Amino acid sequence: MFYLTELTDLDELEAEAVHIFREVAATIERPALLFSGGKDSVVMLHLAAKAFWPAPVPFPVMHVDTGQNFAEVIEFRDRTVERFGLRLIVASVQDDIDAGRVVEIGGPLGPRNKLQTVSLLRGIKENRFGAVFGGARRDEEKARAKERVFSFRDEFGQWDPKNQRPELWSLYNGRHRTGENMRVFPLSNWTELDIWSYIRQEEIDLPDLYYAHTRTVVERDGMLLAVNEFIQPQPGEEPFEATVRFRTIGDATCTGCVESQAATREAVVAEVAAARVTERGATRADDRVSEAGMEDRKKEGYF
Amino acid sequence: MSQLLRIATAGSVDDGKSTLIGRLLFDSLAIMEDQLGAVESASVARGHEGPDLALITDGLRAEREQGITIDVAYRYFATPKRKFIIADTPGHVQYTRNMVTGASTADVALILIDARRGVLEQSRRHAFLASLLGIPHLVLCVNKMDLVDYSQERFDEIRSEFAAFASKLEVPDLTFIPVSALAGDNVVTVSTAMPWYEGPALLRHLEELHVASDRNLIDTRMPVQYVIRPQRGDFHDYRGYAGTIAGGVFRPGDEVVVLPSRFSTKVTHVRGPGGTELDEAIAGQAVTIELADDLDISRGDMLCRPNNRPTSTQDVDAMICWMDSDLRLSTDSTYTILHTTRDTRVSVKDLEYRLDINTLHRGEAVDLGLNEIGRVRLRTQKPLHFDPYRRNRDTGSFILIDEATHNTVAAGMILGASQHDANIVWHSGAVTREQRRTQGMTLWFTGLSGSGKSSVAVEVERRLVAAGQPAYILDGDNLRHGLNSHLGFSPEDRQENVRRVAEVAKLMADAGVVAIVSLVSPYRAHREAARAIHEADALPFLEIFMDTPLDIAEARDSKGLYAKARAGEIPDFTGISAPYEAPLRPDLMLRPADGDVGTLAGIVIDRVEEAGER
Ligand SMILES: Nc1nc2c(ncn2[C@@H]2O[C@H](COP(=O)(O)OP(=O)(O)O)[C@@H](O)[C@H]2O)c(=O)[nH]1
Repeated sequence: MFYLTELTDLDELEAEAVHIFREVAATIERPALLFSGGKDSVVMLHLAAKAFWPAPVPFPVMHVDTGQNFAEVIEFRDRTVERFGLRLIVASVQDDIDAGRVVEIGGPLGPRNKLQTVSLLRGIKENRFGAVFGGARRDEEKARAKERVFSFRDEFGQWDPKNQRPELWSLYNGRHRTGENMRVFPLSNWTELDIWSYIRQEEIDLPDLYYAHTRTVVERDGMLLAVNEFIQPQPGEEPFEATVRFRTIGDATCTGCVESQAATREAVVAEVAAARVTERGATRADDRVSEAGMEDRKKEGYF
Repeated sequence: MSQLLRIATAGSVDDGKSTLIGRLLFDSLAIMEDQLGAVESASVARGHEGPDLALITDGLRAEREQGITIDVAYRYFATPKRKFIIADTPGHVQYTRNMVTGASTADVALILIDARRGVLEQSRRHAFLASLLGIPHLVLCVNKMDLVDYSQERFDEIRSEFAAFASKLEVPDLTFIPVSALAGDNVVTVSTAMPWYEGPALLRHLEELHVASDRNLIDTRMPVQYVIRPQRGDFHDYRGYAGTIAGGVFRPGDEVVVLPSRFSTKVTHVRGPGGTELDEAIAGQAVTIELADDLDISRGDMLCRPNNRPTSTQDVDAMICWMDSDLRLSTDSTYTILHTTRDTRVSVKDLEYRLDINTLHRGEAVDLGLNEIGRVRLRTQKPLHFDPYRRNRDTGSFILIDEATHNTVAAGMILGASQHDANIVWHSGAVTREQRRTQGMTLWFTGLSGSGKSSVAVEVERRLVAAGQPAYILDGDNLRHGLNSHLGFSPEDRQENVRRVAEVAKLMADAGVVAIVSLVSPYRAHREAARAIHEADALPFLEIFMDTPLDIAEARDSKGLYAKARAGEIPDFTGISAPYEAPLRPDLMLRPADGDVGTLAGIVIDRVEEAGER
């Protein structure tokens, strides 16, 4: 017999992610998808919608909101959730601060990334989610490189890197007791370039921040930070106009941007293909703290 | 169009595996400057001079402190030709479980050997695991060639020692490359230090490795994963069966059978993710299939083709690798088995042996602990629909889950349906096979009627008997007069016919006779089943394909059957009104052009002698 079909690397990655979404929906009660409006979570939602067509995505989305977001991203988040007809659950870091469950470090405008873990775990617990989809990729960071696709978390939400379940073939074991949960990473095997190539292939919409635009920035610790309500120039820092784009979008207090002329999907794909610095290394102050920063945060329950 | 290649690596500690991977990433520019910066500062902190490439691939902090990698870590890099995923698994004695995990999805295994130390017990173990897990391609990197003066002699020595061992395993494709991970010889660029080596550098070999044909595109299978029923608006009555195709091809219009119900119906639509209509979809694609009839189908059911079904049974023989550090596997314990999208309870009826993965010795065992491999007989509560793992990694694999802890405790590879029914006790005879004067085997001649099977079979039998080796022909036509007199030519009856002949042949082979089967046996699945019956008892089985084209066979028409079939007097006649599925990988292929009957028989005898020496 004669076959015309040849699968590209993106076809295979898409098939793998779709398989994972369906597997979770079929076997784990009350899943939810972590959605921030960032590119990885947008791609995840796009894949989830494709997995269940023509039925709607059979689970809600949750945003762990640090309260220190770029306004454009929150608008984008709300628009997207509405377009897919989904229920949005917001786990608010501000609520946890107000209730005294966490204490801010570095004052009111300090980074809240570390605080997110508490709100995330509370969101999971209150909604009794059995599985939460995250957009993390193994190529992002060393500690992630060892994470399973189905990652077991104990009743405290903690990850034990020494005691992970073996994961073989495409047989995923999502069994857990009440109170425990699974973190599921459908994009595990994608790289930043795969994400962008897929965004281009599928013509997926993203917040404008991902494309080159002009804005006022300051340079701090070798990174460019956008001047906004959270980041003000400190003594000695000279704000200036630059054409920039964001490679990741996280907390507005610590996410840097890079100088770029890439204003379209195609241009970004070309830029990423030529990049010589990882996206986290370039733009995330939180990961720079120590070489093992991510691993420590993951053990505590972070994604 | 770029394709994915999944690589599993293995090497003993300090063979240079991390360095090699670091070198691949570094020289193919997959390492970013900030990562390199971190590696450089860590290297300096540890008193190294330049960047220690091994640090790039070392993961978690605790492991870094011990200076070893201890779990599977995944790495990514791409060249303009391909995207690569490396499952980096450590090679220590205690980490079989990690290697098995990394190997389960790999297209190719990279095994490292230190040129100074040569083939170690661990190298053999890695090769064995790669073959057990059915990795189709194996690349042996002989590393640290710089420390043996880039000696061709040393390389050749290691190559022949390893090749001798690998010939005992099932390794379809084996390649040897001399490298120096540290200096970069033959990793990304071809070495000038080893002009005697004429092959490609490792990276180019990986870029050009042909893996598309490793997919099983023959046995059409789709385990139903999820039923999509929107029950609203335009799609009120829509019902789609979503899943990932585990083998073969689905097209709209195809006749399919649903297991276990055995209802048959037609495919109306095949859709990709997002509803894209497809003309065909192949193994590996995630699809949604719509069917002509409203049937009761749920997750765990299997779609297949009417003439090519998986084996369905509750009694399964399998090799398993035990992966839990606290519990041990013992007979009569009960687990949850996850196989394709089906889960059910399973109990371990028998632990037949434990395999010493260093010597391949089979020893008696009462239980299995962490990292041990053994052969078991399982009985499941609901039947499984499977193919042997050798034939299909997706429909032949399973995991066992402990019901109390929910942990994944074992990985399993199905060998076939259990030959022993639970109620029939197998009497192991007092005489062992080795004690018999002669050793038997089965020669299975398949091909069209008139292809020359019987003529060659008769000559082979004559020569063997003359040489003192008992041999006996089991001729399909003759058996239909006695043992199989009430069987017809429907696919079901043909299957039963083949099964009986295979069982009889097996008994003869076990008794020390060369059983020579001459049987059209047109269906691949049936012949595979015959092979499985032999392999389950470790008896040699050679599939010999008489590759005579239909026009020649028909022109011979020694029995006048083709004329009758053409006239419509014989229904279901192979080649005319019933299909013949040619073997994909026969052990031997004979064509009329290869010579006369005597020459062909000589070729067969040579193979028999070769197989007998193993
Ligand atoms: N001379 C030489 N040394 C090597 C080579 N490859 C690795 N090494 C060294 O062997 C040691 C162990 O290497 P490493 O990659 O950590 O081994 P692993 O335990 O297999 O990951 C390190 O000191 C490396 O620098 C090679 O090709 N030549």
